[in-house]
Amino acid sequence: MSVTQPPPAPSKSWTVWVRDRAVNALPPEKLLADKQPTYVASWIYVFGVLTLSSLAVIILSGSILALKGPAWWHFTGVGHFFNSVHLWSVELFFFFMVVHLWGKYWMAAWRGGRTQVWITGAVSFLIAVPCALTGYVSQQNFDAQWISTQAKDAMNSVGIGAFFNLMNFGQMYSYHILLLPVAVVALVVAHVLLVRKHGVVPPFELGESLAAARAGEPQAPTKSPPETDGPQAETDGPQGGQRTVIAPTNPEPGVPPGEKPS
Amino acid sequence: MTRRERRRAEDERYRTWKGGYRPYDLVKEASVAFGVILALTVVLTILFSSPDEHPSTVRSWSRTDPVDFVTTAVSELDGTSTTAMYGPPYNHNGPGQHEAFIHLQKWLGVSHPINTVQDFVIAPLRSITGQPALQSAISSYQSASAKQQAAWTTAYSNALNKATVGPGDSVSIRAGNYGPLAPMMSSLLTLAQSGGLDGALLTSKQFYQTDYTKPLMLMADGGLLASRAQAEHLLGTQWGIMNETGSYPGQVWLWLYTFWYQIKPFSTSANADVLVMTVMAVLSLAFVLIPFLPGIRSIPRWIPIYKLIWRRHYRTAG
Repeated sequence: MSVTQPPPAPSKSWTVWVRDRAVNALPPEKLLADKQPTYVASWIYVFGVLTLSSLAVIILSGSILALKGPAWWHFTGVGHFFNSVHLWSVELFFFFMVVHLWGKYWMAAWRGGRTQVWITGAVSFLIAVPCALTGYVSQQNFDAQWISTQAKDAMNSVGIGAFFNLMNFGQMYSYHILLLPVAVVALVVAHVLLVRKHGVVPPFELGESLAAARAGEPQAPTKSPPETDGPQAETDGPQGGQRTVIAPTNPEPGVPPGEKPS
Repeated sequence: MTRRERRRAEDERYRTWKGGYRPYDLVKEASVAFGVILALTVVLTILFSSPDEHPSTVRSWSRTDPVDFVTTAVSELDGTSTTAMYGPPYNHNGPGQHEAFIHLQKWLGVSHPINTVQDFVIAPLRSITGQPALQSAISSYQSASAKQQAAWTTAYSNALNKATVGPGDSVSIRAGNYGPLAPMMSSLLTLAQSGGLDGALLTSKQFYQTDYTKPLMLMADGGLLASRAQAEHLLGTQWGIMNETGSYPGQVWLWLYTFWYQIKPFSTSANADVLVMTVMAVLSLAFVLIPFLPGIRSIPRWIPIYKLIWRRHYRTAG
């Protein structure tokens, strides 16, 4: 004799709610993807992971410097070695990040509901700048003396100097090894999770002007795709929407007629 | 379908890729990238190391250039130094910079008070014990009228223009009516050259101290830091703090911030700092909001670098 179990009532658990939201937004196959779109085939894509790797080396070398204290690297060869690793990883981090940002700009990577991806990346860069500045004024050498006494005027001119004193080593060190790195890492984590959630932005569609001509609408002025109305509000609805397959009768050589069919 | 609707439909299609996929090992890629960057930083470290120019101290400054030190000390005493006339957040002796009717520097107030007469000269001299003549000279200076004090400091400053360095890094000036200034400055120089002024400027109400505002402000009023900075191409006219000592790359990412200081009206404005900060704040906001800025967001379509980035995709799709 079988007993029919009633369906479970909707859970009121906060934990379940958070878990369901997290898994829906980022199922394991998205979070740790084992496949990627075929269009992700350019060296420009490497600079994102190189930026992340540089950040990891920064944190690793910075943690070792923090463990030994701020004066260690001045007087020991090992300390100076790790300080040098810290310096060069910072230089690489900014170099890779700037290339990554330019690459994403030229891809218009905010398309398709990816504005948050762009914004978190841009703000990460902006927060990384004072993070580096506080490091430079925490060096305890002439460079730190000069930078702190010069940069203070800009801080003071807008009132920031009242509570952010570049010549207060204790305050700058706290900002450099805790507050600002936490902000940078949090933003970078959010950025990466958003990339995993939304995926890498697809290529521009080509041939839109031909399709518009066929439909009797005004043509775009160039062969490039027309301007979109910018970022659209994100929804939880079905993704993809209506798909337009454009098939001009006489496409120009090298210009594909439309998006590659599924 | 209207143009706006077509745009929205196109943007909607960019949400999800429905084309082909290929195998991808995310963890492997991240691991290899980390290994490559770690190796690269180690190689750069081995090849180039990193700069570490020793810091200046009031002691080293007063020994290296005692005339400059005494000249600076007199300017702190008569209120003509940069710090003495700075304004907020150090004192009320200057208006601070402003943008139109917005006076943020003034409105945020004096949060790190510095009285250059007391903090840089009188208090350190008062800390010297066993010298009744010096204490008497200080009292004499303090009890004099402002007009008399100004006469002494002016005469002493003029004499310093022709001062020479005497035995034991002392300062020799021609005889004149300097009131009590000569013994005061002589004692302050001796205190500085012994390292005592470095400690005196860090003295606070508590044992532990990490705030170097006062000694750095005093040294910045003098010429030593600037002369070292000039030799290291760190002056504002040399693109300033984006550089690093030696031939190392510095904060290159500050190039745009530093750039504004090189051109008019910023390079000649008394409000240069607040103007540059305002410009950079606007540009930073625009940078973050590029997806919403008409024109700027469309440049990637007008200049089709994307065709280079996705050339394989377009070739395959075509």
